[in-house]
Amino acid sequence: MEHLANIFWLGTKELRSFSRDFVLFGFVIYSFTLAVYAQAESPAQEAHNSAVAIVDEDHSTLSRAIAAALLPPYFSPPTEVVARQIEELMDTARSTFVLDIPPHFERDILTGRGSVIQVNVDATAMMQAGIGAGYLQQIISREIARSATGAGPAQADPVGLAVRVAFNPNLSTQLFNAVMAIIGNVNMLAIILAGAAIIREREHGTMDHLLIMPLTPFEIAAAKVWANGLVITVAVGLSLWLVIETLLGIRIVGSIPLFMAGVMIYLFFATAIGIFLGTVARSMPQLGLLFVLVALPMNILSGGNTPLDSMPSFLRAVMQLSPSTHFVSFAQAILYRGAGIDVVWPQFAAVGIVGGIFFALSIMRFRKITAAMM
Amino acid sequence: MSHLASVIAVEGLCHSYGHRLALDGVTLRIPTAGLVGLIGPDGVGKSTLLSLVAGAKRIQTGRVAVFGGDMADQRHRSAVCSRIAFLPQGLGKNLYPDLSVRENIDFFGRLFGEPAGERARRIDALLEATGLAPFPDRPARKLSGGMRQKLGLCCALVHDPDLLILDEPTTGVDPLSRRQFWELIERMRARRAGMSVVVATAYMEEAERFDELIAMNAGRILASAAPSELKRLTGQRSLEESFIALLPEAARAGRRALSISPRPPVEHEAVIIARDLTRRFGEFVAVDGVSFAIERGEIFGFLGSNGCGKTTTMKMLTGLLPASDGRAWLLGQPIDGSDMRLRRRVGYMSQSFSLYTELTVRQNLDLHARLFHIDADSAKSRIASLVERFGFGPYVDQRASQLPLGIRQRLSLAVAVVHEPELLILDEPTSGVDPLARDTFWELLVELSRQQGVTIFVSTHFMNEAERCDRVALMHGGRVVAAGTPTELAEAKDAANLEDAFVAYLQSAGGESPGLVSMPPEAERPVISPSAHIAPRAGFSLGRFLAYSWRETLELWRDPVRLGFALLGTAFLMVVFGLGINTDVNQVTFAAFDRDNTPESRAYLQEFRGSSYFSERKTLASYDDLDRALRSAAFALAIEVPPGFGRDIRRGAEPEIGAWIDGAMPFRAETVLGYLTGLHQRYVADLAAKAGNRPASPGVATRFVYNQDFKSIFAMVPGTIAMLLAFMPAMLMAVGVVREKELGSIVNLYVTPVTRLEFLLGKQLPYVILCLISFLTLVVMAIFLFGVTLKGSFWALLLGALLYVTAMTGYGLVISAFTRTQIAALFVAGIMTSLPAVQFSGMLAPVSSLTGFPALMAHTFPTMYFLRISVGTFTKALGFQELAGSLLALAVFIPILILISLAFLRRQEL
Repeated sequence: MEHLANIFWLGTKELRSFSRDFVLFGFVIYSFTLAVYAQAESPAQEAHNSAVAIVDEDHSTLSRAIAAALLPPYFSPPTEVVARQIEELMDTARSTFVLDIPPHFERDILTGRGSVIQVNVDATAMMQAGIGAGYLQQIISREIARSATGAGPAQADPVGLAVRVAFNPNLSTQLFNAVMAIIGNVNMLAIILAGAAIIREREHGTMDHLLIMPLTPFEIAAAKVWANGLVITVAVGLSLWLVIETLLGIRIVGSIPLFMAGVMIYLFFATAIGIFLGTVARSMPQLGLLFVLVALPMNILSGGNTPLDSMPSFLRAVMQLSPSTHFVSFAQAILYRGAGIDVVWPQFAAVGIVGGIFFALSIMRFRKITAAMM
Repeated sequence: MSHLASVIAVEGLCHSYGHRLALDGVTLRIPTAGLVGLIGPDGVGKSTLLSLVAGAKRIQTGRVAVFGGDMADQRHRSAVCSRIAFLPQGLGKNLYPDLSVRENIDFFGRLFGEPAGERARRIDALLEATGLAPFPDRPARKLSGGMRQKLGLCCALVHDPDLLILDEPTTGVDPLSRRQFWELIERMRARRAGMSVVVATAYMEEAERFDELIAMNAGRILASAAPSELKRLTGQRSLEESFIALLPEAARAGRRALSISPRPPVEHEAVIIARDLTRRFGEFVAVDGVSFAIERGEIFGFLGSNGCGKTTTMKMLTGLLPASDGRAWLLGQPIDGSDMRLRRRVGYMSQSFSLYTELTVRQNLDLHARLFHIDADSAKSRIASLVERFGFGPYVDQRASQLPLGIRQRLSLAVAVVHEPELLILDEPTSGVDPLARDTFWELLVELSRQQGVTIFVSTHFMNEAERCDRVALMHGGRVVAAGTPTELAEAKDAANLEDAFVAYLQSAGGESPGLVSMPPEAERPVISPSAHIAPRAGFSLGRFLAYSWRETLELWRDPVRLGFALLGTAFLMVVFGLGINTDVNQVTFAAFDRDNTPESRAYLQEFRGSSYFSERKTLASYDDLDRALRSAAFALAIEVPPGFGRDIRRGAEPEIGAWIDGAMPFRAETVLGYLTGLHQRYVADLAAKAGNRPASPGVATRFVYNQDFKSIFAMVPGTIAMLLAFMPAMLMAVGVVREKELGSIVNLYVTPVTRLEFLLGKQLPYVILCLISFLTLVVMAIFLFGVTLKGSFWALLLGALLYVTAMTGYGLVISAFTRTQIAALFVAGIMTSLPAVQFSGMLAPVSSLTGFPALMAHTFPTMYFLRISVGTFTKALGFQELAGSLLALAVFIPILILISLAFLRRQEL
């Protein structure tokens, strides 16, 4: 009981200090509104609004039909260029795809002589290049087939293929990107806030003061966890409600309370590692660099930006130890697949256990740092 | 009066901080070549006045003329700043703790543009004169307070100033060092006739030696006269009493001479016992076999120079620091850091201020009452009585950060006694507090000791405080050199008072405090040749720019952790990202749901089983199975072959394959969809070929330019270089300026001839070089570790990298100049870098497909342009000509970012 009271009252102090730092406050608001919105609206990986240029040396009905078939949202309206511009356009990354339609293309196709449109793909624009090249191939084939049969329906294949995309029929990336933006911000905020709070207490000597009072390091750390965690949980909740549901108009199928519970468990981990880094770094500049070293891989390799399956197996195993990976995985399960606690509990448990380990480590380091400071 | 006679002329000077008026119409003249003291309690405007005169603060209203010119005029200010030396308040606040004694002085010499030979000669002479000569290589942070002040003086005198402004130079310095400091000032003045010295001090006994005193209170000047004249005017015997007599009636009200009643006779029960207490930090012995015993109700004083081990001893007694050797008992129990019950019986006030400055007086008291679990009712009455007894009435709802120092100190004590401890450990509680406030503080201590029987263990630098203690112990070099009642100690050394006794003890103990006593005769020659002043170079000075670069490099060099993170950390991240950021989708997991089980259905599935893009995870038996497995994300793709598939194919009845893709990770779903369609079409084509139909010409040929195998490593490794070179410079640089703001050395920008441009560029240069080294490491790793060959121009890449890291460090500087705390700087750097450097840089999706705010963000951030250069030279085989546009764009960032930093960085404090 006394422990709980201590943790509660110490935490209120943290909340008071936070509410006084207006610059920090402003940037927290930015990171959970505008930053989330921007990332949600941007095509992180899908073929979306791809820049296409066409060299049309045919000027036929078919070539015009192909150009007209490159439609938003997948492609931005194609620009017509001449052959000698191809190289420059691709060198400067202004066009990701350049179609070269040879002279007499329509005639040669229709007379069965055969002709080939060359699709130049900037193969350094990895994900978009791969997906977009597939689309282009399909669109061109379809247009060729259509022109061959007159305006009528294309000849049916001997075997059909009916594809159903489960959970996300339009393959929309907004929700996915928004959730990835949120987890990135959660990492950044929780680690910097908690870590910097420790360094500040050390630099201002208030850490000594706390350690001399009838408070255990556990209480001191737990107070920081709940106070910082509360601020960020509220920010995440508001971000879900205001940005994702209201502004972007996305309807979330899964259970939001369950997702928020996951966020809270994740925050326990993130503030715990922040506190741990705060006890390891000796100054703010060092904390900044440690933060980059820890948070960047956690964010980028969590499976949210690039597929986990493509990583070397040892790295994949290492990333299984990172709670950010589990966060991405349970966020998908809950928000897209509508999974319940029966499905995501192993991920929740993994995040909680890793969080507990860092929490315990930071408590162990608390007393050591006063000795090291001398 | 002519300007020639007075070095400083101030007229109608007012200055306010928000609503608080710090200076209220000050008018004064300070004569040339005098030693003038500014006396008065804390928070009356002494520091503000001195900062304004030194040019460190911008003048709000009124006029300040120094050397006959207006200090509000920037041209005059930069012309005379090399004739002024300013030593700000706080021990060595303007020094650089990681630099050695010699390097510190050398840095200041460079700022004032002294040629190397002259500089070396002056440094030697100054070191000799201040007795720092034996320690030229000791880092400033390892100096004791007295030595640090002497070093500050050396740095101030190295450019041969005509006006020396010292703000509380001896606060927190032990009596011996204090004495030596003033002797040093006397000698300097003797050698350089014509040098004017203005000093603010809280020690009245020091004020006796000044030519003229200016007494200040509440932002106004009370009186200005020679010390003897001041005493005569007020009819008092001591300066301290004279000052009090000058105060308005209201401030004097309720004041009475502090009297200490003798301790009531009690049984002599020792409540603090230390026996051979020792603490080592590595090789260094901070506390060396200290023993003493303190009795209940006693006020026990702890004296000693800075860094002699007082704080360490106190920390061991509180259990904060484990002792290396020896034992100690508190209230009859051996010290145990984890004993909560013991902690409730002890109150502690640490040297560094131990309050939450963002809480109000009441909130601070409240929080501590709660943390000590005083029940609500008694807490209420306890807090009410503390507010009354400590006189917090008018301040109760003010934040601690806004309180005058004396009140804050009292609040610290109130907080330490809120739980009515039996034992109080106070580490220099009155350091930097004015005499009036100190007396009030001591009244409270005496009351606690005499009326409530609280044992008080207190360390101090003030001799009049030490004289009030029942017993004192003198510490020096980690040992207790003497202990006893103040009178006993004085008698033992045949000294008139405790201060003289203290000095005598220290001198006989010898040790590190370097004395003037042993100054060699050659140091008696003039330290500084009466040469003409070197006028500060107008415009950009290469020397001052390099002085800052050199200093920043030294600091970076002395912080191996930061250096190591910057170099090895980047290399580590390169390995991780080079392996981990891979968008090649291989081995897509799939499940087969074969409801036909004929040779035809198996042939269809064989297309997938035989492909290296797919790997089979399980076989499904029912739709329920399918549904469940999809929900648990057991695979990315499920293929259902309908019943009668083989039969329908044979009949030409156009059967339909069903496919389910997990859409929870959109980009993977898209890629899987592409693969699926490709394989299906191949199957259909094969089927047609078998049936004897010539397959139709596909009509499309896809050519993957730059990267024929379409391997993501060739795009991601150059991309990772661009990403890492965004984060590292921004994070390193972001704390660069704001750290100086927080720690105080920014004042050197305000009062020395260095310009803002020299300051910014000077700080930037070492980081640009460091990041270039890091860049070269990354290139070597890309080529040899990841096998990504550099197909294009190395020189274009190198030039691009140089421009890029300059732009990114410039970006960090903008953040640093704009923010006020290091936390905010780190956070802003992190949050403002991550979106444009990772998401919108073109690494994950081409910039050409961005629109709106993301596009704007991408185009106004350097990473996108360098990514083009990096990917362009590595994978696209480009050179200068093709990359000219991106190089130019990067180059444009640099002046813009520097101009923004200049706009945010102030020339003077507000």
